[in-house]
Amino acid sequence: MKIKNVLKGAVFGIFAVSGAAHAAHVTLNALFMAQAAYSEDDIRNMTADFKAANPGIDVNVELVPYEALHDKIVLSQSANGYDVVLYDVIWPAEFAQYNLLEDVTNRIDEKTREAVLKGAWTTVEYDGKYYGMPWIADTKFLFYNKDMLKKAGFDTPPTTWEELAAQAKAIKDKGIVDYPLVWSWSQSEAAICDYTTILSAMGGKFLDADGKPAFNEGGGLKALQYMVGTLDDGITNPNSREYAEEDVRRVFSSGQAAFALNWGYMYNLANDPAESQVAGHVGIVPAPGEAGISQASAVNGSMGLGIPSKSTHKEEAWKYIKFLTSEKVQNKYARLSLPIWKASYSDPDVIKGQEPFVNAAKTSLAVMAPRPTMAAYQEASAVLQEALQNAMLGTSTPADALDEAAKTIADMQ
Amino acid sequence: MPPSLAKKIAIYLGAALLALVIALPVLWLFIMSISSSTHLTTLPLQWWPDSPTLENYRSLLIYAENSPSQSFLYAIRNSIIIALAATGLSICAAIPAAYSFSRLPGPGRKNLLYAVIAIFMLPPVALVLPLYTVMSALGLLNTHVALIIVYCSILLPFATWLLKSNFDTIPGDLDEAPIIDGANRLQAIWYVILPIARPALGAAVMMSVLLSWDEFFYGLLFTNDIRSKTITVAIADLAAGRVADYGLISAAGILAAVPPVVLAFFMQKTLVSGLASGSVKG
Amino acid sequence: MISHRKTVTAWLLLTPMIVMILGVSGYPLIKTIYFSMTGAKLVAPDLTDSWVWFHNYVRALSSANFREAIWHTTYFAVISVGAEVVIGVMVALLLNEVFVGRTLLRAMLILPLALPTVVNAMMWRLIYNPDFGALNALLVQLGLLDAYRSWLGDPATALDMVIIADVWKNFPLVALIALAALQTVPKDLYEAATLDGAGMWNRFWRITLPAIMGPLSVALVLRTIEAFKVFDIIYVMTRGGPASSTKTVSFYVYQEAFAYMRVGSGASYALIVVLISACLIASYMYLIRKHGEA
Repeated sequence: MKIKNVLKGAVFGIFAVSGAAHAAHVTLNALFMAQAAYSEDDIRNMTADFKAANPGIDVNVELVPYEALHDKIVLSQSANGYDVVLYDVIWPAEFAQYNLLEDVTNRIDEKTREAVLKGAWTTVEYDGKYYGMPWIADTKFLFYNKDMLKKAGFDTPPTTWEELAAQAKAIKDKGIVDYPLVWSWSQSEAAICDYTTILSAMGGKFLDADGKPAFNEGGGLKALQYMVGTLDDGITNPNSREYAEEDVRRVFSSGQAAFALNWGYMYNLANDPAESQVAGHVGIVPAPGEAGISQASAVNGSMGLGIPSKSTHKEEAWKYIKFLTSEKVQNKYARLSLPIWKASYSDPDVIKGQEPFVNAAKTSLAVMAPRPTMAAYQEASAVLQEALQNAMLGTSTPADALDEAAKTIADMQ
Repeated sequence: MPPSLAKKIAIYLGAALLALVIALPVLWLFIMSISSSTHLTTLPLQWWPDSPTLENYRSLLIYAENSPSQSFLYAIRNSIIIALAATGLSICAAIPAAYSFSRLPGPGRKNLLYAVIAIFMLPPVALVLPLYTVMSALGLLNTHVALIIVYCSILLPFATWLLKSNFDTIPGDLDEAPIIDGANRLQAIWYVILPIARPALGAAVMMSVLLSWDEFFYGLLFTNDIRSKTITVAIADLAAGRVADYGLISAAGILAAVPPVVLAFFMQKTLVSGLASGSVKG
Repeated sequence: MISHRKTVTAWLLLTPMIVMILGVSGYPLIKTIYFSMTGAKLVAPDLTDSWVWFHNYVRALSSANFREAIWHTTYFAVISVGAEVVIGVMVALLLNEVFVGRTLLRAMLILPLALPTVVNAMMWRLIYNPDFGALNALLVQLGLLDAYRSWLGDPATALDMVIIADVWKNFPLVALIALAALQTVPKDLYEAATLDGAGMWNRFWRITLPAIMGPLSVALVLRTIEAFKVFDIIYVMTRGGPASSTKTVSFYVYQEAFAYMRVGSGASYALIVVLISACLIASYMYLIRKHGEA
């Protein structure tokens, strides 16, 4: 009898153990980018926190460059893919068309909807449906080197693009730095983000009311003319044409530029003595506006977390997403990427030590301009990227380059 | 006829130039790999770090979960498994095929050989789309198996070609004799041909391993994460992302180059003789 | 009877290879041809199939961007292979002489050859970095360059800089093959020619080059075909920029099929590349054969 009980216990024990092992066997594969916003360490630490809180779930974190992110999401659809993916604000239209992401509208309650910034929701929303949770609320800010501005006799940073060019010119003429301005204008999405920022400041539109390209006139044309003008005047670092965000940070942090347009993550990194030689002299303001048109300008560079429709662990994936996007976690890791939650912007723990960053964000996040919503965005963007490069490299005038791009994109539609 | 002094000087100058051209880029890669990233972004550039550090190597080689070392070490493991399996599979099929082409020529089979060579020359973009859809339908994407199978399309024609031209240089009487004595073809290949063709076999194995270690295109498209990502893809991800850490990227590059470079140095003679015999005959 | 058995054996021995090649190359090639005449999409390709005949090809050939990509690829292939052959032969001639350190130098040739292409590309990208790269620092410190400049960001130099990286990695292959061929040339041929009063140049054209021409042509063919497939070095170094000046056909096909998801038209681009490669291969083969007969 006793032996029987022992046996029984053993059998139960084995079942219990194997049951536990079974529960612990869920492994999520999550795809992130290794560029701007949260650092690799941040993402890995958040994930470690999640695993500690959820012993049944294991997470493999995969980081790829931004440039590879879109293709990876698309390519991984077929089998053995990811359970959680980070995606850019410009992709939901395309992903919805091919049914790549799970519709999670029903999982998001009214309270959450109210508590998150409006601009952040546009990241994951398409056609009235939600395809995930926003995670990174970000835009391009104007960074400036306080020391250099002071040396050139400027007390305040510029508030219009004209003023920016004038200050840069003065800084160059005084010999403070060779090329006061640095941007991420390589043939990539980063250049489109800079262009969108200036375009929105100058009152431009990507598409007109009928959805036809309109960036080749008005503010869109003026924006590119402005960009090319700063190159011609020698105030923009000519290498900007091959820079991505991280190159901009390197150049600015090594004291070779007075101004830089970049994502919010650069603020704390450029102020970190281990990473930067200009730590303590870094100022941040919203990207300038244009007299009579706008006070400030910004591009919607937010990103969201979604569940690929082929994932077999959707519940666990959603748990992980909810954890990463929770107010608590976002407030804890708010140095490189600001939270999506309205309340965070008045949370003393978030603000502390980075008041200028949060203040700039309050203005910028409210004026974020979208890039066009279209299923063929990837291709349209590639066409526009090439047009920008042609103009910036002088192989074409801004007007000709944009006219041609507009024609190509119109044909595509 | 002793060379003139002028010629001697020219030879040594040429040799020195060649040595510099080959060594300098790799040397610089090594120096970057033992430098800290702030040192590498200080201007003007210094050619030697104040305090050389092995920190970059340490952070890649000492395994820690969910860290760069995890993706790196898994990538090395994946590349080794895939390279060895694809090479083994290809060589096993290439040996009898090469023997058949070399010893038992016949109508149609010569054209087949040309077709095989032509397949080796096909750009991967011509095959990748159907391969992708098939692998996806079979659920093999992001597994070692997918890349092992696909790499055979590169290795097999190459190995067959190389071995065939080497078998051609072995006198036919050598393996005809045992066959007349009653041995079968496979025995003749195993006991007669392969021992003689050992250098060429070595070259075929080595070139196959190098080719699979080097492969990037299929690796990029058919893998997603540490379960199957190969070393070339891992390096490309590292190099294109947060490019801030030049030292770490360099260390990863050096480490990824060690296995093939060691292998190639170790089998230098075999490599050269194999290449030569493969190319002389064409 | 015996001949019949031999035929059977021959085919039996070929079977594993034929099966594998049909599976991983034959079937995909045919499927690519099929895809190229449809409007297949990457996601669920079979659901979105629609037969479009040669529409994809017409579109491909009328695309200025694609023609430009073909031109970039051709330029890359011709210049890099040309340089590899010239440098390779010069290095082989050097290593065929007797001098101290020859063995070491020959062993060093293995280094670029064995370095993975992706590592090579990454190494040169770091060297070309406009701000912190070694090339700018070296040239400026030596006084050969006035100020730092952009190498990969300037369409005028980007492709050439990629070519340099490619040549650095691949000239040793040509050198090793040429060297092996050189060592089969009998020394007395040179001595006889010298006695006849032939100069160095003359001897090179009359004796050396004909002797190594065979293996060299094969190396040339191999390298040209490889160069026409170029993808990884571009992917790592420039991703096709600046202003698409380094976008090659393989990169173009990759983008069409995997970024824009148009498998059908991607397949038609790929097959046009195959056709160009085939022409190149055939013309080289013809040249070699002609050379062999002369």
